[in-house]
Amino acid sequence: MSASTMPASRSRGAGLPFLAPSVLVLLLWMIVPLAMTLWFSTQRYNLLDPTQTGFAGIDNYYYLVTDPDFWTSLVNTLVLVVSVLVITVGLGTLLAVLYDTAFPGRNIARLLVIAPFFVMPTVSALMWKNLMMHPIYGLFGVVAHAFGFAPIDWFAQYPMAAIVIIVSWEWLPFAVLILLTAVQSLDGEQKEAARLDGAGPIAQFVYIILPHMRRAITVVIMIETIFLLTIFAEIFVTTSGGPGTATTTLAYLIYARALLQYDVGGASAGGVVAIVLANIVAIFLVRSIARNLEA
Amino acid sequence: MATVISDTPVKLRASGTVGERAHWAVGVLGWLVALAMFFPIAWMVLTSFKSETDAIATPPLLLFHPTLEGYAEVQSRANYLLFALNSVIVSVGGTALALLFAVPAAYSMAFHPTRRTRGTLLWMLSTKMLPPVGVLIPIYLLFRNLGLLDTRIGLIAIYMLMNLPIVVWMLYTFFKEVPKDILEAGRMDGANQRDEIRHLLLPLAMPGIASTGLLSLILCWNEAFWSLNLTSHAAAPLTQFIASFSSPEGLFFSKLSAASTMAIAPIMVLGWISQKQLVRGLTFGAVK
Amino acid sequence: MSVKASIASIHGRVIRACLLAGVASVSLAAGANAEPVSITIATVNNGDMVTMQKLSDAFEKANPDIKLNWVVLEENTLRQRVTTDIATHAGQFDVLTIGNYEAPIWAQRGWLEKITPDAAYDTDDLLKPVRDSLSYKGAIYALPFYAESAMTYYRTDLFKKAGLTMPTAPTYEQIRQFADKITDKSNGVYGMCLRGKPGWGENMAFFTMLVTAMGGQWFGDGYHATIDTPAWHKALDWYDGILKADGPPGATSNGFNENLALFASGHCGMWIDSTVAAGLLYDKKQSTVADKVGFAPVPTGSYTGGPTWLWSWALAVPVSSTHKGAAEKFVTWATSKAYVDLVAKTNGWVSAPAGTRQSTYANPQYKAVAPFASFVLDAIDNSNPNGKTAQPRPYVGAQFVGIPEFQGIGTQVGQTIAATLTGGLSADQALKSAQSATQRTVRQAGLAH
Repeated sequence: MSASTMPASRSRGAGLPFLAPSVLVLLLWMIVPLAMTLWFSTQRYNLLDPTQTGFAGIDNYYYLVTDPDFWTSLVNTLVLVVSVLVITVGLGTLLAVLYDTAFPGRNIARLLVIAPFFVMPTVSALMWKNLMMHPIYGLFGVVAHAFGFAPIDWFAQYPMAAIVIIVSWEWLPFAVLILLTAVQSLDGEQKEAARLDGAGPIAQFVYIILPHMRRAITVVIMIETIFLLTIFAEIFVTTSGGPGTATTTLAYLIYARALLQYDVGGASAGGVVAIVLANIVAIFLVRSIARNLEA
Repeated sequence: MATVISDTPVKLRASGTVGERAHWAVGVLGWLVALAMFFPIAWMVLTSFKSETDAIATPPLLLFHPTLEGYAEVQSRANYLLFALNSVIVSVGGTALALLFAVPAAYSMAFHPTRRTRGTLLWMLSTKMLPPVGVLIPIYLLFRNLGLLDTRIGLIAIYMLMNLPIVVWMLYTFFKEVPKDILEAGRMDGANQRDEIRHLLLPLAMPGIASTGLLSLILCWNEAFWSLNLTSHAAAPLTQFIASFSSPEGLFFSKLSAASTMAIAPIMVLGWISQKQLVRGLTFGAVK
Repeated sequence: MSVKASIASIHGRVIRACLLAGVASVSLAAGANAEPVSITIATVNNGDMVTMQKLSDAFEKANPDIKLNWVVLEENTLRQRVTTDIATHAGQFDVLTIGNYEAPIWAQRGWLEKITPDAAYDTDDLLKPVRDSLSYKGAIYALPFYAESAMTYYRTDLFKKAGLTMPTAPTYEQIRQFADKITDKSNGVYGMCLRGKPGWGENMAFFTMLVTAMGGQWFGDGYHATIDTPAWHKALDWYDGILKADGPPGATSNGFNENLALFASGHCGMWIDSTVAAGLLYDKKQSTVADKVGFAPVPTGSYTGGPTWLWSWALAVPVSSTHKGAAEKFVTWATSKAYVDLVAKTNGWVSAPAGTRQSTYANPQYKAVAPFASFVLDAIDNSNPNGKTAQPRPYVGAQFVGIPEFQGIGTQVGQTIAATLTGGLSADQALKSAQSATQRTVRQAGLAH
């Protein structure tokens, strides 16, 4: 690293003033709400009931962790994040290879594929709910009907699958964008050489393309995880966490338990738990990404 | 720069009929997938030009009398331009501010790394994993006390903070690919650090900065939690506009589609136009 | 420094001072004259409110000194925004659209302005149960924009075809039998449509009323939840039974609006829901079955005379508003007799705001187009939101529980009930988990120990 050729003191001293503003505002952004959240989480504080006041100790945490729905919500969050990751990375890799290949009108086709990335989550949720998956007016129902099947009531029968479909549709373009760049950066000669060695398309894909994309895949997983952990609008618009608790994720549970009742204490406890979980995830991600990125 | 992506991929050799057929198959598949992905959007746009009764007809109508009823009704209830203007201002403002903070930070991390650089970077990213619902009330109280509720400045600040981690990280990956020798050569010539950033680094990293800005713009434009909760009318962006057309009484598919189309059109057009920059930049250092 | 320069600088200061004074006086004068006051109105995107927004030009014309800003949102989002705003005294809104669930609770907190309209407004003309439900300690805190009770709608043609007659006071048992007989799924006719969408104001509104009729309630003495009880089991059996056998597909996504669309397009044989639907179902422009709609009271169960249903959307002025005078002016305008007339003149009498004023129901023109008018009036008069349930109860409210925690509780239990419809939970599991969740919440809130 060329930085090491410079005197260390100058290097560090020179960097700090430039880094400081970002770190400072982010610290404020982190610490002010965090401090408030921590403080509120130990208080009896309900916006709708000013008569509830005073120190609550760990009561708010107790109620959250002993809530049977809390564990369901953790599982749901995991299911949602992992399913979407598997779908977007899997399909994304295949599509990246597909759109790396030349065919007539490829550039336009590519534009169409990445279009969902620009649609705001509320709109895509409303669109899928009303125009696609509605059991009576939706297109899926109509198609099912045409083939003689009973229309599926997605949000009642397969609620989690429905949410996964919507979210995957939103994030697939992102995966394709990044993975496509990675495939394109692959040296053409390498593939050519493999071909001459008699490697078929599948062998090429497994032994040459995939290893080359490992880094890009890690990046996709990391960025998507960050966004998927806080998914809210899609659930709010379509299932409101139900039926029952079938689609209640942690973010939605905090909303349902705390915000719907304006229990600031409970919401804050939920927030703190979410922060802790986020950091656990972050540590795991840090490990794998550190290995991949700092290379 | 390291991430120069060739836009001329390896062509499948059309040698013999097998290759020819494979070529066709790839084309057909590529188009099928593309149309499938785009279909919901296309269907929504189509629905926006139907009348309300045509919009819920079963089976759905492919042929119908196109009408602007939906759009007219939407516009008569909410002035699209005001919402769109707010969207533009807060998205551009939030992005510009984030870049302003992020460029020096990324510079310092890329060119003067310390032992804590990586930790700082990942800590920044982890701030993004906190569900906003958890801190809504604290932020709301803070905004109330600072008089920032329903102001564009307030929303810009939130958006800046929301996207700063991603922006810093993306810029960091770009800056790391700028050859250090160039900056060092500049330093020999007596350039101070500000000059170094302004005259050497920025021009070199412009494509990266552009794509970072684009991504930030998209994320700001589509943000629907803070904008719905912290603004009411003066600073309300298009997400609020949409919220007034979802599930009202009576038939609403056409109105909803019209409002949705209006809300996503600007950012989609921008995204398409700048697709090249976006593709080139969205590597997050994934491509060496 | 030269003398000249200092004189110039004094000059400058004097000029600046004069300018400032001038600006100040101009703006003062303007304030006294016609500097318009902006008020922000937060409302739901229901049809009647959209009409209000459209007709509000008339108000602005009559009051050139008041400018209206509209924040029109979908119901859940609106409620969240408005509640956060008022509870933190943020003062972003000057007029709030709230229900009779919120009004007394918020009035008790001292968050709402007391409203005292002038004599011309004729407060006594407001229907008494509606007025009372928006009052706290004898004073009105919100003015009703429209109000509703519940009733049973049915298709007269389907009943005739099946050789059935609707009794004047049907029971839930009879209704179930009728539903089985008129269901014709192959022709897209479903015997019974009911709210299935989870939410305290959606499926739980109907379900609470059903539970009351089966002899149950939400809480007994000391706020002990009474959900895992025979009455709730009976109610759930009836509800799941009829919807599974005779309900439309996707019942768990159907709220009021969805069922309205289904009934209006001929897919429902019966529907038990809000009385405001009558105005829409009888409107030939919006309903394909306008001449085939019959109506009957809400069915009865083993316990009669309990609270049934009373909801009203009302306009209120928060204490945190900075333009209370202008806000109150708007609120009284939008709920006045003149406004009712204005809607009637623009959209026809059948669309007039329902359930709020005696004068509307006395109007022969309204009666002529609304055959259900006196029936609705009776339903509202007998809604009895403060009445007794089979066992003593510590709360008020007909189709809801009048405590702040109910939004959360009702929605959570609503989710559980919905899960029994999709088969995700058995009735036993559902009521047990609803019971313990509700008990947890009231204990956490300090209502019960």
